[in-house]
Amino acid sequence: MSGPAEGLAVDGLTVRFGRGVGATVALDNVSVTVPAGHTVGLVGESGSGKSTLAKAILGIVPIAAGRVRLDGTEVSGLGHRQRHAFLRRVQMIPQDPYSSLNPRRTVGQTLAEALDPVRARVRSHRAEIEAALAEVALPGEAIDRYPHEFSGGQRQRIAIARALITRPEVVIADEITSALDVSVQAEVLRLLGRLRHELNLTMLFISHNLAVVEQVSDEVVVLYHGEVVESGAVGDVFTRPASDYTRTLLAAVPGQR
Amino acid sequence: MADQAAVRPGRLRWNPPLVVGTVLLALTGVTVVIASLTLRGTAEGLSADTAQPVSAAHWLGTDDFGRDLLARALVGAQASLVMALAATAISMIAGVLIGTAIWTAPRRLREVALRIVEITVSYPELLIAVVIAAILGAGRWQLVVAVALANIPATARLTANLSGAIHQRDFVTTARLTGVPRRALISRHLLPNMAEPLLIQLAASFSTGLVAMSALSFVGLGVQTPDYDLGRLLADGLPSIYSRPLEVVGPTLLILLLSIGAMLVGDGLAAAADPRLARRPAGRAAVTTRPRSAEPVPESQQSEQQSESSAPVVVRDLVVRRADGTSLVHGLSFEINRGEILGVVGESGSGKSLTALSMARLLPDGLTAEASALRTGETDLLGRPSRRELADAVAMIYQDPGTTFNPALRLGAQLTEVLRVHRGKSTVEARTIITDLLAGVHITDPERLMRSRPYELSGGMRQRAMIAAALAAEPALLIADEPTTALDVTVAAGILRELARIRDETDTATLFISHDLGVVEELCDRVLVMKDGVIVEELSREALRAGDVSSPYTRMLLESVPRLSGHGAVRR
Repeated sequence: MSGPAEGLAVDGLTVRFGRGVGATVALDNVSVTVPAGHTVGLVGESGSGKSTLAKAILGIVPIAAGRVRLDGTEVSGLGHRQRHAFLRRVQMIPQDPYSSLNPRRTVGQTLAEALDPVRARVRSHRAEIEAALAEVALPGEAIDRYPHEFSGGQRQRIAIARALITRPEVVIADEITSALDVSVQAEVLRLLGRLRHELNLTMLFISHNLAVVEQVSDEVVVLYHGEVVESGAVGDVFTRPASDYTRTLLAAVPGQR
Repeated sequence: MADQAAVRPGRLRWNPPLVVGTVLLALTGVTVVIASLTLRGTAEGLSADTAQPVSAAHWLGTDDFGRDLLARALVGAQASLVMALAATAISMIAGVLIGTAIWTAPRRLREVALRIVEITVSYPELLIAVVIAAILGAGRWQLVVAVALANIPATARLTANLSGAIHQRDFVTTARLTGVPRRALISRHLLPNMAEPLLIQLAASFSTGLVAMSALSFVGLGVQTPDYDLGRLLADGLPSIYSRPLEVVGPTLLILLLSIGAMLVGDGLAAAADPRLARRPAGRAAVTTRPRSAEPVPESQQSEQQSESSAPVVVRDLVVRRADGTSLVHGLSFEINRGEILGVVGESGSGKSLTALSMARLLPDGLTAEASALRTGETDLLGRPSRRELADAVAMIYQDPGTTFNPALRLGAQLTEVLRVHRGKSTVEARTIITDLLAGVHITDPERLMRSRPYELSGGMRQRAMIAAALAAEPALLIADEPTTALDVTVAAGILRELARIRDETDTATLFISHDLGVVEELCDRVLVMKDGVIVEELSREALRAGDVSSPYTRMLLESVPRLSGHGAVRR
């Protein structure tokens, strides 16, 4: 990290799918800043472009216009090697814990691969892996077990450990609690809330549920049809929503009294 | 996941075809190898005993040059075996490399390569082998190359298809982003996850390869005299097949033994790899819901009285068992009144979905439900209700609106099916009823929805259409199994409003299943909290809203619900 870290900045990002007249605009001039040490919640319904934004940051989908910067360095236009370095500094936690872990590799092997993609030896990183598992409150013996021996919530904790073990500068969490039961979701959110302060995480937290976002975020960005309709500190947006769409989202959260 | 648990690496479930095939292959293989080491002299040395019949010295007789036919067949089989193994090895290695490399290649190259593989697969393997053998000329290694090349496309396509499916999974994407080199990506992530189908393919290509080679040698495109393999021996025996049919017995038998052995191994591996085949209990009757037998007397008297109840839905002592007798739901009893929504809440594995499925008589294979009373409306679900009665009694709304409709049919046909098939309504009548119902669940242009196919609709629209279809048969009981879990919050709120409206406007009793107490307290009149197959607590909506719960488990569930703190409500 160089100087006062400024975190992840997305500036005027536009993503189009298809070409010519039939092209659809998935993201239209979207700007999001995740300051170092902060968590920004990204909210919107399916089709709003939340996941596309995550993919555009990671370079999985091509960018039509705009810039992505990490600590002031522009990401697009990086060479092959620098790109790899960038991808090690930004880690993504996928949504589905049943698809994000290779069923044929032990937890240790999966975590070792994150540390050392080329050799992926468990033996040379055992201490680090056990520490990473302890961080997400899993016993050290989990290292030699296979994903199917764990419940959905435990798997998601393994996925979190996998993302955090490289000490990334930015974590992108894409709907990581949506596939989980409410009780398990609560447990994962508690864990994330703790890690966020302990490790001073810089995180982009994507969810369609405002109540979930509120629990773990400092700031919130509301996305609607590929455009940012509202952004600001969590307290402000939730108590005094400026846009009608945000109000609809707030009203839709079940279990309000 | 259960099915992944069953295919845990390093553990093979033996089954009859696998055992028989392995024994057959091993015995034949060992005999052939020993024979080729010890009997070569007998097989190739000329002797005076020409054209002998079956005897103790020559089990299959001798040929015109006095060579022992059994020895020749066994030594010839060794040549065939080695060649088939070599061809299988070459075709598997090349096929797997091509198939996996296709998926790590850039997209345009991948598309071209996939098309080429598909085109080559469309030609019969034997035909390709014949053409290649004809080009290369006759001979041992030419034969191996010809058969190996002919077998590559099938393996390549299988591997490419398998890799395609695995490639879309998150762990491959994550590994690629982490910078895992291409070779490691294949060896760590792709290959281990397709080991079983590839093993089966291995057995199959050995078997077909052996037969193809024998065929080529037989027609003279393969091994040439004085060399010999099984096909060559068959060809040698052919001219005298009417006078001395014994000559073809040895080679034929060995081809059969080896190829059937390999086929059985392949079959056995396929069965071992499929956890569903292994777990299915043998010969179970298709009765999934039946009256409870051998129940204690007082309980039965009690339930007799209670089943007189006027409630449209009555469940008494429902037990759901696995085939091995362990019960998953232990004696559940509840009633649902007219126009009431009963919520059933619990975590995954609590038995809430099994309860719903046993009421719709839709329990998965291997599970059985017993109850002392199970009644919906006028229909006794413990008897053998006809499909029509069942359609009148119960309708279901499923969790994933993406998979409830047949993607190939227009919605009109699917939505009117219940009315047309079970109610004998004409197509026009059925369409009118459904159109009204669709308008009822706030679909703005029902006519257009009836003409569309499922993929043209959003998840919320599909779920609304599903509700409309469920109401079409005017069921006594509507079961909604996590109907909002797969939907966005805004869309989910709309669906909940529809269900509340249905309760208020019709007499339908609704069973609403969810893992989210927040959703349940919004909608349900009464709530059962389930854990490990038993009811932990029964709550009224008022008690739930007031947080007036006694069981610590319910409290934990309640505290899990993510709630907005600053928006009108106070965080608990």
